[in-house]
Amino acid sequence: MDDHPEGEDPAPTPAPAPAPAITVHDLTKSFGATKSFGAVKAVDGISFTIARGETAALLGANGAGKTTTIAMLVGLLIADGGTITVLGEDMARHRYRVLGRINLSSPYIDLPRRLTVEENLAVFARLYGVENISRRIEELAEELELGPLLRRPSGTLSSGQRSRMALAKALINRPEVLFLDEPTASLDPDTADRIRTYLAAYRARENATIFMASHNMAEVERMCTTVMIMKAGRIERSGTPRQLIAQTGCSNLEEVFLDIVRGRAAQ
Amino acid sequence: MIGRPSTSRAAAAFSAGRVGAMVLRYVYILRGSWPRIVELAYWPLMQVVLWGFISKFLATNSSWVAQGAGVLIGAALLWDVLFRGQLGFSISFLEEMWSRNLANLFISPLRPYEFVAALTLMSLIRTLIGVVPAAFLAILFYGYSVFDLGLPLVAFFFLLMMMGWAVGLVITALIMRFGLGAEGLAWIAIFALAPLSGVFYPVAILPDWLQVVSWALPSAYVFEGMRAVIFDGTLRVDHLVRALALDIVYIAAAGAYFLHTFHVARRKGLLMGIGE
Repeated sequence: MDDHPEGEDPAPTPAPAPAPAITVHDLTKSFGATKSFGAVKAVDGISFTIARGETAALLGANGAGKTTTIAMLVGLLIADGGTITVLGEDMARHRYRVLGRINLSSPYIDLPRRLTVEENLAVFARLYGVENISRRIEELAEELELGPLLRRPSGTLSSGQRSRMALAKALINRPEVLFLDEPTASLDPDTADRIRTYLAAYRARENATIFMASHNMAEVERMCTTVMIMKAGRIERSGTPRQLIAQTGCSNLEEVFLDIVRGRAAQ
Repeated sequence: MIGRPSTSRAAAAFSAGRVGAMVLRYVYILRGSWPRIVELAYWPLMQVVLWGFISKFLATNSSWVAQGAGVLIGAALLWDVLFRGQLGFSISFLEEMWSRNLANLFISPLRPYEFVAALTLMSLIRTLIGVVPAAFLAILFYGYSVFDLGLPLVAFFFLLMMMGWAVGLVITALIMRFGLGAEGLAWIAIFALAPLSGVFYPVAILPDWLQVVSWALPSAYVFEGMRAVIFDGTLRVDHLVRALALDIVYIAAAGAYFLHTFHVARRKGLLMGIGE
C-alpha cells in the first residue's frame, strides 16, 4: 500500500549526514623496540573526530607525536592499533578510495629540485587525475603568486617560495581534507598572512577540512575551530581556542600551550 | 570544476595515466640535464672502444676470438644491457630518495606496482639511450654490428633487461629499507654476477660447483646463446626458454620482496623519514 495520499509528493527523505572528515579511535604507534631499549610510544591511544568543513590543529612540543599522527592519517605510516576513518573510509583497508581526495604539505618532504615549479605541479596533477591541468596550474599560480616562478627549477627557490610551491602541490587536486604540517613556518609575516587568508577562503569555498600541525599559536587561534594539544603521544586538552583559554585561565593560546607542555595546567 | 580529479579514476586499481606521470617526471630530469644523458651513453661507448681494441689484438693472437668475430664486443654490449637495465631502474628510485619525494608520491593515488611499472619503463629508455649509440659506434669503428645477431638479439636484450629489473627491484627494496646508506649497491651489486654469467668466456671454464650457481642465472644462458649464434650460427631455444623461466621466477620473487619492503617501510615510518 502506498503510504502517501494520491497527489501528494512524499516528504523528501533527509539525506544521510555525511561522515565526519576524520575519525580517530584509540590510535597507537611505537617506534624502535630493541634488545637494549624499549619501544618509544610516539602516539598513545588518541581519539578525536573532526567534522567536515572544520579547521583543526594539533599542537605539541617537538616529539609530541604530531607528525606521526599526520603520517598515519594520510596512510604513510601503519598504526600499531586503533582505527582511522577519513571521509568515511577505513584507512587501513580502503586508503586508495581516499588518497585522491586528500593531500598534504609538510616540511619533512620535498619536491624534486631539478624540476621546474610547473613540471612538478604537472606531474602531481597527472598522478591525481586532475582534468584541465594547465588551467588548474594557472589558477594556483595566480592564487599563490607563483606565476613568475613557474619556469624556475624548484631548487633555485627561496624557502618561502618553496613553501608556496608545496602548498600549490597540496591543493592541485582540490582536496576535501587538506593536511598541513607547519604551513607558514618559513614564510615572512606578509606572505604568511596572505596564505592564512587564502586557506580560510579555500576552506569556505570548497567546504574543505583543514587539519594542521603548527607551532604558531596566533595562527591557530585565528584559523582553527578545534585545537588538540599533545604531550608525549597523548592528547592532553582539546576544544575551541576560547574554551581552552577559559578552562585554563590563561590569556591566550600560547600560555595554554606552555602551561600544558610544562605540566602547569590544572587537570 | 577545474582541477578536481575524477574520483573513479583516482581510485582505479591500475592507471596508465599515473605510470605516465611518473615516466614524465623522469623524462623532465633527463631533459633538463644534458650531463645525465651524456653519462648514460659514456660507459657503454667506453666499453665498446676498449673491447674493440682488445678484440682487434686477440683476433691475431687467439683462434677462439678469430673464429667468432665480434664475440667480445657483442658480449660487452649485452653486459651493458644487463647493467644499464638494473642501474636505470635503481637510479630512478634513487632520484626520489635524493629529492625526499617518496612521501609525496605515496600519499597520492599512485600504487607501488604503478611506481614499479614506471621504473621499468625508465630502465628501458635509459638502457636504449646508453647502448644504442655504442652499438652504432662498434659498426663505425670496428665494422662489427651487434644487429647481425638478428632476431635472437631482441630475445637476448629482453631476457637481460628482465634480469636487470629483478636485480633492480631487490636493490631498490634494500635502499627503501636501509636508506641511502645502501645506495652503493645500485652501482656495484650487479658486478658480483659478472664472473658467473660467462660474459666473456664459456660457463664450462668455471669450477663445477660454480657452474651450478652460474646455470641459475638467466644471463649465463643468454651469453652462451650469443656465442652459439656467433660461433655455430645456431639459436639455442632451450637456453632462451630456461632464461625466460628463471627471469619470471626472479621477477616474481623480487616483486614480492619489494611489496613486502614497502609494507615494512610504511610500518616503520621510512617513507617520511620518521621513526626508526
